[in-house]
Amino acid sequence: MKNEYPLFSGALFLIVFVFACQQTAPLAPEENELLDGPTEGLSTEQQGQFLKGDQAFAEVFTIEKGLGPIFVANQCSSCHAGDGKGTPFVKFTRFGQPDTLGNQFLNLGGPQLQHKAIPGYQPEQLPAGATFTELVAPAVTGLGFLDAVSDADLIELSDPDDANGDGISGRPHWNNIPDYVTLRPNTISKNGMYITRFGKKGGAYDLLHQTSGAYNQDMGITSDFEPVDPYSRLETDPEVSIQTVQDVVFYLKTLKAPIPRNQDDPDVISGDLIFSQIKCASCHTPTLKTGFSPIDPLSNKEFHPFSDLLLHDMGTDLDDGYTEGFALTAEWKTPPLWGLGLSKDAQGGSYFLLHDGRATSIEEAILLHGGEAEQSKTNYAELSETEKQQLIKFLGSL
Amino acid sequence: MKTFISIFPKQLILGFLLLAITGELHSQVIDSGITRTPVDTSKSMLNMDAVYNRPFLSGAKMPVAVGGYLEANSIHSTEDGVSEGLSFQARRMTIFMSASIAKRIKFLTEIEYEDGTKEIGIEFAAMDVALHPVFNFRGGIIMNPIGAFNQNHDGPKWEFVERPDVAANLLPATWSNAGFGLYGKTHKGDWVLGYEAYLTNGFNNNIIDNQENKTFLPAAKENEERFEESNSGKPLMTGKIAIKNRNIGEIGFSYMGGIYNKFEEDGLVLDQKRRIDVLAIDLSTTIKKTGTYLVGEVAFIWVDVPSTYTQQYGNKQRGAYIDIVQPVFKRKILDWENATLNLAARFDYVDWNVGTFNENNADIGDELWAISPAISFRPTSQSVFRMNYRYQWQKDILNNPAAKTATWLFGFSTYF
Ligand code: HEC
Ligand code: HEC
Repeated sequence: MKNEYPLFSGALFLIVFVFACQQTAPLAPEENELLDGPTEGLSTEQQGQFLKGDQAFAEVFTIEKGLGPIFVANQCSSCHAGDGKGTPFVKFTRFGQPDTLGNQFLNLGGPQLQHKAIPGYQPEQLPAGATFTELVAPAVTGLGFLDAVSDADLIELSDPDDANGDGISGRPHWNNIPDYVTLRPNTISKNGMYITRFGKKGGAYDLLHQTSGAYNQDMGITSDFEPVDPYSRLETDPEVSIQTVQDVVFYLKTLKAPIPRNQDDPDVISGDLIFSQIKCASCHTPTLKTGFSPIDPLSNKEFHPFSDLLLHDMGTDLDDGYTEGFALTAEWKTPPLWGLGLSKDAQGGSYFLLHDGRATSIEEAILLHGGEAEQSKTNYAELSETEKQQLIKFLGSL
Repeated sequence: MKTFISIFPKQLILGFLLLAITGELHSQVIDSGITRTPVDTSKSMLNMDAVYNRPFLSGAKMPVAVGGYLEANSIHSTEDGVSEGLSFQARRMTIFMSASIAKRIKFLTEIEYEDGTKEIGIEFAAMDVALHPVFNFRGGIIMNPIGAFNQNHDGPKWEFVERPDVAANLLPATWSNAGFGLYGKTHKGDWVLGYEAYLTNGFNNNIIDNQENKTFLPAAKENEERFEESNSGKPLMTGKIAIKNRNIGEIGFSYMGGIYNKFEEDGLVLDQKRRIDVLAIDLSTTIKKTGTYLVGEVAFIWVDVPSTYTQQYGNKQRGAYIDIVQPVFKRKILDWENATLNLAARFDYVDWNVGTFNENNADIGDELWAISPAISFRPTSQSVFRMNYRYQWQKDILNNPAAKTATWLFGFSTYF
């Protein structure tokens, strides 16, 4: 027995040890604390494709895989970390279009500045005389819902001539589209142009358009859709397959809509009311609905993005003198506010809001509103301190 | 509590050929003429002697001695509540063979099979010519002596299933290259002084262009060409000085540096010359009073990353680890005369990207912390059963809230 004693005590010790450590296993964060994850109700096949798209979204492009030679970043998820917003570290510059007559600097590398280069190459420099804007990445959550809103609904929401006299006009971005996109059911065209809705100027028709452009312009990765390399400006063999691009598009479509938190908090409830009272909701439309979608959980659903997907004149402070398509330089698409409270967790712990991340708090973002939102901003400034806090708490709960 | 000295093989080192030179070879006949050469427990061994100081088997009439070790484990890990399930891993099997070719000339090779046959590598294959104890020549595929773990990495020597992060995920573990150089050793009283200096092939662009998306020296191990040609056309210089006091412990200072990129080919200039420089300090000691064994390493890395490339790949890195091993008992259990039980803890720290972003001066993340408590049981000094728990905090490059991972590892490692 004497001999076995150490063995027994050893075994006992192990059991205690296992038990003690088990208690410290990291817990999963609550589902509503995370931006990533699939929309509920996908079939197993759809979950499989979601997973493939998720992996492709995180794929690191090396030089061998075709990165660059000039580029901005080497991975979708390095700009859209955790599917959330980006930080100034990976912001990029677009330049060369001061009006609706098209980009004047296409032959000098416009519209996007690839300011990084693989070793041995020189990156692009901003050409003299080009107006430009800087953009930080938006979150990519819930995009399938935004994609499935019908054109007719967007037209319905718009008020280009401010017929109701509230100072807020809002118009869809009628734009040219590339021929590789598939038109959405019941899409509406006007003089050969279509309503484009993705991107900060709302310049991209759908997620395929946005994704192919991102591969090409952000990473220097050519595809069958966008085969011209930004460095050589010549067509090259595709560096990403059609299937991979489609998987990423599917992934973006089926990423869940952010889930709001603390909805029973009385401050949040009051903040919600204030949000409508001071006319934030006139652009940041709380509720939209989808039309038919072949992806069942996205079909004919109400959802709450707090955006109208329309262009608004935001005044001189936010006018960088650069634009895309037929938007004006002061016009920006209303960004969805869902997930706003979680954006810090993807931005290294601080807020970087508005198109270029210049606002480091929600309040600062509000106070930089102008143009059509001038009245709304003034309303905000006139709120009592408590009301302001309630509004901000509400925004943080989204 | 002297017990630990005898069970921590890092201290008990063989020095097969060194012994041959000094004629102090003790052998133990197992049966039918096969002899097991035990590791040398004399305290004049340094980390640099570890390649030769291993348990070997040799036949009476055979000039070749053979040894090796196996490492296997089970792993269960949970990252932020999401578990990968339970897996079994046969991490590596290593075989080494040594031969005395003639007086003063010896040969040793170490061949490693990692993850089954997924990765097979010659980690070491060198000829040594002993001209004088302070002057030995070594050439072939040699292990660059950066830090101590790289030289002294045999699984059965450690109480942990995982290799220290600084040694495996910052510095490349078992980093070897074709090259040659000199080494030697001298002692006076309780003091031992050793040096090594080699010129080898070295790194390539993979260190700043890889799937890890960070400056990652181990990525250069994927370059098989390094046994055939230097990627940059310039040699990598590695040097180490180790000092040991038999009563205190050992400290090593090592440096490795050179040009890593292919700056020209066929006479055409492709890029400017870019350097990598690595500094490491290793330490090991035993606290006599308690028998506690301490071993650790710190490393600093500087890489010339083009400023027009992305800061995703950092130009400065650092890391450290320390193992604290406390023998609890040593006694006869079943048929094992000197079975020992140890409690141990390891602290890992690695920062793959030290600095701030050019765009907004924000601190760059990309760092990891981990703590691993362990229990190990050694029926003999050549085999170890070990149970580790590892809790890790890892921050992405933007310094977002750390991903937390808890891992259970249970495994064994044994020389054969
Ligand atoms: C260099 C950083 C960067 C990289 C890399 C990047 N993005 Fe983006 N992403 C942005 C920025 C900035 C915007 C806003 C661009 C605009 O207004 O057109 C954006 C916009 C988007 C949008 C539109 C979202 C919306 O609400 O309108 C989608 C979708 C998107 N990116 C997907 C991707 C995919 C897929 C990849 C990889 C193929 C990718 N991004 C790579 C920075 C990046
Ligand atoms: C006229 C339409 C309009 C009104 C009214 C309006 N906004 Fe905005 N809001 C926008 C647009 C467009 C942007 C994007 C501007 C930019 O990126 O430069 C924006 C941006 C924001 C942002 C930053 C979002 C991000 O992701 O960076 C917040 C927060 C915000 N608005 C809150 C409010 C609040 C609160 C109110 C009411 C006080 C309000 N907005 C009223 C159109 C409007």
